[in-house]
Amino acid sequence: MRLEYTGLSDLNGSLVALEGVSGVAYDELAELTMSDGSHRYGRVILIEGDRAVLQVFEGTRGISLENTRTHFTGRPMDIALSKEMLGRVLDGAGRPIDGLGELYPDERRNINGSAINPVSRQYPRSCIYTGISAIDGCSTLIRGQKLPIFSGAGMAHNELAAQMVRQARVAGDDGEFAIVFAAMGVKNDVAEFFRRNFEEAGALQRVVMFLNLASDPIIERILTPRCALTAAEYLAFTHGYHVLVVMTDMTSYCEAVREFSSSKGEIPSRKGFPAYLYSDLASLYERAGMIQGKKGSVTQVPILTMPNDDITHPIPDLTGYITEGQIVLDRNMDQSGVYPPINILSSLSRLMKDGIGKGFTREDHPGLSNQLFASYSKVQDARSLASVIGEDELSPLDKQYLQFGRAFEQYFVRQGQQEDRSLEQTLELGWTLLSILPRGELDRVSDQELDQHYREGAFEALAAEAPAV
Amino acid sequence: MSEYQIYSVNGPVVKVTGGRGLAMMDMVYAGEEELIGEVVGVENDMTTVQVYEDTAGLAPGQPVRTTGAPMSLLLGPGLLGNIFDGIGRPLRDLEAISGPFLGRGVNIPTLDREKRWEVAVAVKEGDPVAPGTMYAQCQETAAIVHRCLVPAGLNGTVTKAVANGAYTVDDVLVEVTDGRGKVTQLKLAARCPIRGARPMRRRLPITRPLITGQRIIDTLFPIGKGGAAAIPGPFGAGKTMTQHQLAKWSDADIIVYLGCGERGNEMTQALEEFSELKDPRNGLPLMNRTILIANTSNMPVAAREASVYTGMTIAEYYRDMGYHVALMADSTSRWAEALREISGRLEEMPAEEGFPAYLASRLAEFYERAGYVETLEGKEGSVTVIGAVSPQGGDFSEPVTQNTKRFIRCFWALDRGLAYARHFPSIHWMNSYSEYTAELKPWYNENVSPDFDRCRQRISNLLREESQLMEIVKLIGSDILPEDQKLTIETARVIRLGFLQQNAYHEIDTYVPLQKQLKMMQTILRLYDGVKEAVDRAVPLSQFTATGVFDSLVKMKYEIPNDDLSGFSRYEQEIDAALAKVNAANS
Repeated sequence: MRLEYTGLSDLNGSLVALEGVSGVAYDELAELTMSDGSHRYGRVILIEGDRAVLQVFEGTRGISLENTRTHFTGRPMDIALSKEMLGRVLDGAGRPIDGLGELYPDERRNINGSAINPVSRQYPRSCIYTGISAIDGCSTLIRGQKLPIFSGAGMAHNELAAQMVRQARVAGDDGEFAIVFAAMGVKNDVAEFFRRNFEEAGALQRVVMFLNLASDPIIERILTPRCALTAAEYLAFTHGYHVLVVMTDMTSYCEAVREFSSSKGEIPSRKGFPAYLYSDLASLYERAGMIQGKKGSVTQVPILTMPNDDITHPIPDLTGYITEGQIVLDRNMDQSGVYPPINILSSLSRLMKDGIGKGFTREDHPGLSNQLFASYSKVQDARSLASVIGEDELSPLDKQYLQFGRAFEQYFVRQGQQEDRSLEQTLELGWTLLSILPRGELDRVSDQELDQHYREGAFEALAAEAPAV
Repeated sequence: MSEYQIYSVNGPVVKVTGGRGLAMMDMVYAGEEELIGEVVGVENDMTTVQVYEDTAGLAPGQPVRTTGAPMSLLLGPGLLGNIFDGIGRPLRDLEAISGPFLGRGVNIPTLDREKRWEVAVAVKEGDPVAPGTMYAQCQETAAIVHRCLVPAGLNGTVTKAVANGAYTVDDVLVEVTDGRGKVTQLKLAARCPIRGARPMRRRLPITRPLITGQRIIDTLFPIGKGGAAAIPGPFGAGKTMTQHQLAKWSDADIIVYLGCGERGNEMTQALEEFSELKDPRNGLPLMNRTILIANTSNMPVAAREASVYTGMTIAEYYRDMGYHVALMADSTSRWAEALREISGRLEEMPAEEGFPAYLASRLAEFYERAGYVETLEGKEGSVTVIGAVSPQGGDFSEPVTQNTKRFIRCFWALDRGLAYARHFPSIHWMNSYSEYTAELKPWYNENVSPDFDRCRQRISNLLREESQLMEIVKLIGSDILPEDQKLTIETARVIRLGFLQQNAYHEIDTYVPLQKQLKMMQTILRLYDGVKEAVDRAVPLSQFTATGVFDSLVKMKYEIPNDDLSGFSRYEQEIDAALAKVNAANS
């Protein structure tokens, strides 16, 4: 028998309350039937005796205290899953919106997922080449990693993410890959940009797109990454795909969480975000990884725009504490026309150390990347000194650092959107640039590595061949 | 039908009706799935319970069952080498039951109940026993003997004792009858509440360092056995890396590594690495002396709050056997945030930045459980606590860092700038401090060399002078400084790169014994003194840097093996030769 409750007892923002209910469980999915026959869905977020509070995903516009009938489904919010999802476009709650009909589910899963037992995890070690020097050389992406892009409004994060997806490959690997794309509160143009890119790369049949655009309800936005990650886990651990999940924009997601939290009347913490934002973000980001004995993997590239380019804002701050590194885009680099505008010093890949070097990439990779970091950080010191006393007054060594800094940005970081550099090219380029500095300054690489790779005058040859833009 | 029923559910906070019999901090099983929870508030006939698992599916009217006892852990042999969740459930067994994804309502014992341990019983019938008397022992791992001690409050006579042999943790080994004729059964394992400190006879002063093999710590900011330290730092500064290094190399007998609200992959990595790496002192896998507790950031938040107590209780348990235990808590900020989150759900009045007003007292309780003690048995044991702190936005003025600072005596401040330049460990020498230096000085004098403290002072002075000079250099460049100040800067560079910076991935450099640390300092100071003497005679510094001897010292950390320090004579000769050459040219 289908039990329905008629009417509501109160309404507030996206929340509705019912009284006199029984047998309703926390986190259960409810179906609301409107007087015109349309359906909306909600989730139980508080239950107190015979009173249940529901969060309505589609918003409460048009709902009155009398025009709805509510049915509790007896199960948590779940999503239909099937291999046929590949190539489909779904809305933020996982329902098809591409006009190609319903999905025939192989199974349904709770979108909240559950934590991977740390004992069952496999520690990620295989490196994903993106063909982008700044990433491959200095902040290598590892399969099963969660590596966000910290950007700001107006910078080229979408182009960068699209290029990473297009060029990503793992050396000597035949595993099948799939892409799960989750759009949260982004403009239609952005979603379209990604779709076109996947199409151009011939990958559209391997992509599942979850779209919650800027105009879609915010409550649904809270479900979007959960649906996307449930689909990713399903494809990875049931069907053995190597799944790359691109989630954009995490800032819109967090703002939706904040809006929802304040409508519930919760005590706000920093900048009005709820105290549980850390746990909430962790429940998303921690769903990346690999599992022992399973073929597939889930790699996440979330994109977030830092409000006011502030990396200490709660969203990038909490994200950085959970994810395994970050790729930070830099306004200055972007304005001086460098693409990709990656700020090398603040970017980091935590899993890189165990996935590069002898037996993984090339023996000199760890030393070289350390040396590039160390030298480039000295460039910053030389620059700040030059801004005080003028470049002419600098010591000859500081001048060499300035030259190295410029060359590093122009030759190493900068590359074309269609340019796909092999790891060999990236590493050779790194050594060539280091030749600008005297050998004695290179203290992070061993003497053998220097003997093998350090060539005085190598940079002059490069500069003559390909002058900087 | 149970006496108690669920009335309301709000995240991990569940309210229960149906009686007045539930006591504060009692452990309960909530709902049909029997989710583990703890009583955190009692008000008339409404009891508030905090549930340690995801509460989806709980509904009003479902039963709540009480255990009638506070949250406790079964402690006994089998803890070492294992990995547990925040409330002491073994994760390997959870995997066997619910697969790679964690299930709910799985109530399994902390210890393996089937396994038989080879037990040597240490008492016989008629023996008097008192708290702390050892009644049995067994070899828990190749390195650690597990000693079972009579618990606090039990005095009496042994009325029954089994023969030596193989027993499980549930077998009764000894029966003790006290003065009133009450019989207590003692087994290999015993339950112990987690929230209070375990009893001991008295606290002893801190006199011995925890030797970590990390130069900046052992030399500049040492920590004593039984001390408390904090490692604050923004993300990416290397907190976890530093904690891992300490867990691997410090000379504690037992390491309890607590991953509290951190990344799943980090725990997997710790598990893998500690199983492969060998303890430098006995050649056994490090996992033999390690206990891992993992409540990763996506595991239930209430269990995160409990996990620090689980870790501390296990640490104290081994301390009571007379071991030196180090507890690494990564990160205490996540624990504080868990307190805040639950406090919010309980609708308590927030204090600073939304944290509850009792944050400081909880932190104090936790850090005060560290200490060097005389155990009930009369042995010496210690718990050293090293807590990572993850300040929001890397700002050390936030409440968790500030309150932690009041209860620790050793502060290793990680610095974003150093991390960006890949200077690891990124402990900043100007912002860090250790209050243990004076207390440990006699130990260093006696066991390393009286010269150690002198060198430490000089190194630390040079670094301080450099940092003052750098303020000037930032404004006007280094060229116009007088030669002796240039020498300070150049020597400080050698100290920073060649001494403070330590490569965790280098076979030799990852762990450095104290004697080698001393030799390195002496070598650097030998060069400094020699050059200083010449520079004071107006010989330009550039003549010395041209010899390459400064750069050569930067690399000495990689060149000299830890077990053979004879190589230092080579550097001494090189220094003397360089000095002689330049001095000859200028005479």
